[in-house]
Amino acid sequence: MSIRIDKDKCVGCMKCLEVCPGSLIEEKDHKAHMRYPKDCWGCVSCVKECKFSAIDFYLGADIGGNGSTMNVSIEGEILHWNVKKSDGTMITIDVNSKDSNKY
Amino acid sequence: MNKKLGHKIVHTDVLIIGGGTAGCFAAVTVSRNSSLSVVIAEKANIKRSGCLAAGVNAINAYIIEGRTPEDYVTYATEDAKGIVRRDLLLTAAERFNSVTAAMEEMGLVILKDEKGNYAARGNRNIKINGENFKPLLAKAAKEAPGVTVLNKVNMTDLIVEDNEVKGAIGFRILDEMIYEIRAGAVLMATGGAAGLYRPNNPGFSRHKMWYPPFNTGAGYAMGILSGAEMTSFEMRFIALRCKDTIAPTGTIAQGAGAKQMNSLGEDYERKYGITTSERLYGTVKENLEGRGPCYLKTSVVGEEKDEELLKAYLNMAPSQTLKWLEAGKNPSEQDVEISGTEPYIVGGHTASGYWVNTKRETTIKGLYAAGDVSGGCPQKYVTGALAEGEIAALDIISKLHKGYKESVDQSFVASKIEEYETILTGDNELFTAQELEEAMQKIMDEYAGGITAYYQFNETNLQLADEKISQLLKLWENLKARDMRELLEVYELRERLIVCKSVIAHLYHRKETRWHCFNENLDHKDTDKAYYKYVNSKMTDKTLKMIYRDIVEGAEYEHKD
Ligand SMILES: Cc1cc2nc3c(=O)[nH]c(=O)nc-3n(C[C@H](O)[C@H](O)[C@H](O)COP(=O)(O)OP(=O)(O)OC[C@H]3O[C@@H](n4cnc5c(N)ncnc54)[C@H](O)[C@@H]3O)c2cc1C
Ligand code: SF4
Ligand code: SF4
Repeated sequence: MSIRIDKDKCVGCMKCLEVCPGSLIEEKDHKAHMRYPKDCWGCVSCVKECKFSAIDFYLGADIGGNGSTMNVSIEGEILHWNVKKSDGTMITIDVNSKDSNKY
Repeated sequence: MNKKLGHKIVHTDVLIIGGGTAGCFAAVTVSRNSSLSVVIAEKANIKRSGCLAAGVNAINAYIIEGRTPEDYVTYATEDAKGIVRRDLLLTAAERFNSVTAAMEEMGLVILKDEKGNYAARGNRNIKINGENFKPLLAKAAKEAPGVTVLNKVNMTDLIVEDNEVKGAIGFRILDEMIYEIRAGAVLMATGGAAGLYRPNNPGFSRHKMWYPPFNTGAGYAMGILSGAEMTSFEMRFIALRCKDTIAPTGTIAQGAGAKQMNSLGEDYERKYGITTSERLYGTVKENLEGRGPCYLKTSVVGEEKDEELLKAYLNMAPSQTLKWLEAGKNPSEQDVEISGTEPYIVGGHTASGYWVNTKRETTIKGLYAAGDVSGGCPQKYVTGALAEGEIAALDIISKLHKGYKESVDQSFVASKIEEYETILTGDNELFTAQELEEAMQKIMDEYAGGITAYYQFNETNLQLADEKISQLLKLWENLKARDMRELLEVYELRERLIVCKSVIAHLYHRKETRWHCFNENLDHKDTDKAYYKYVNSKMTDKTLKMIYRDIVEGAEYEHKD
């Protein structure tokens, strides 16, 4: 489990760096840079914080990762979870933050 | 030439170390009930730091209609085979519902049934949307009058004089600044300890563990070094989790009703008993005897539950949802393989932590402990952390009311500053902190009952473990750091090594097997009545002294000796 930062989309706001519970991200040339890819907990806090969809997260191959990536875009109360599978197909699951878990 | 760091001195009535669940709620409590000043020193950022970063799936400790706090105490006592503090369990349980109501007021979404009551999951749980639990709580703490939040400030040591706490010292990770914080009372709320043992996924995904890898046992280590008494470090917590993603299983097990099955399709759930440790033990045994892997049988719970399960996991452990999507198979199409995790030390699930009185004051005057760092009160979970934060905060208010004396002694602080600056002199000669961490995890795994040892050990193993960890502590003294982030790594390693020493000593001194897997002692395979006691420890003159204490029966406990 780790994250990948797209340098072209990153505007250098450093919100991801601030929020990461492990302080794993650093600033490099005015952009966010993942300093410790192996130390990511997979909490996706940084992904939720990035308003520019510049951060994707993925599963390491050692835990069954197969090349899919995921990010979240937030619109009001709705969290759109976007998964891009390795064959290019997209899946989106919308979760309303006002709905509780059913189980 | 040593690097010169900046030095800020902060004065506050109350210092809270760790702005997690317990710490944030304690800050809100102090603010609402007094005019005392509060500083939260948080190594990350309170918005998403600690256990709640990704979200939680339910409130695990709640008194549902028809049940009482006493029922909860009975349940938790039986689950831990008697080694609990009933005074702590009861005082926490009495607050489970009021702290939940406080969270609902802050905006937490809780599922209600047709009658408007909270929807129960089993006998003690209620269902929530836990994705934004932490941001809601953090916002309340940040906005509370009188509360100052210092994010990215990592504390390393307590300032204690004549067994009375005077503050703490640490540094900011983002710039070269030391923080010396002087206070009238200190609440330790740094959570438990992960990363002591070799993890489930030791390679690239080494931090894909259940407990936050950033909770490194700092609060335990600070207490141990200052001579605070600690309890039950031998009651390790080992979770039964979804394999690979190490995501929680409660939502598919208790929530959707999936049963534990071995590879032959046999339901082994009740064969080994139903306490937390027995459920895990059953899975370990099935594997050992060739009937693995084990699963949660989601393929029979019905495809109508798929969508909600995918969503529920997004709200707490998104990697599990990604795993389902990536495989192209929904929960109903594929059983979920389960495995035991590496052992953690965590007072919110089992009972390891500070030995506190009923008000959560430790054996060091003015130092309190709440949440996963505090001992004797297992299965308190998220509501227990909130409750303990509140109990400690209220006692701090009543004590500080009478005033306190600040200390002016600089000698300890000066020695710490020198330590930081010496470490910051550049490149390592031979080993790095990460390499020593790996060595530590290997030792704990092989000699102190980790995953590859099926959680078992004998006393010879433990002696070897102790020797080897002591060697690493010596090597620690030569570590160097090139910047503040590396300095953090150096201190995280020290915390873990100190906690490891205590874990080994506690395992060694409970000469019985009271809980399968948690302390599976091959030299003493049965439970022994003589060990119906707490195993406690306290550091004096740099050596750990073990103390056996009788089980506390009274409703109120105060430190005497
Ligand atoms: C993945 C996971 C899922 C869980 N799910 C549930 C659930 O569904 N229901 C439930 O009831 N309970 C659940 N729990 C348990 C519950 O979340 C915890 O028991 C509770 O949140 C612990 O609170 P705490 O304040 O003790 O620790 P935390 O909330 O972890 O706070 C500790 C804080 O201290 C900070 N810190 C650590 N070291 C230092 C230092 N040296 N200096 C400064 N700051 C420091 C950390 O960054 C962190 O912010 C779960 C736990 C985990 C890990
Ligand atoms: S939050 Fe997004 S845009 Fe901002 S620094 Fe991080 S990656 Fe870049
Ligand atoms: S997923 Fe979590 S741990 Fe990983 S980099 Fe992002 S914020 Fe940090």
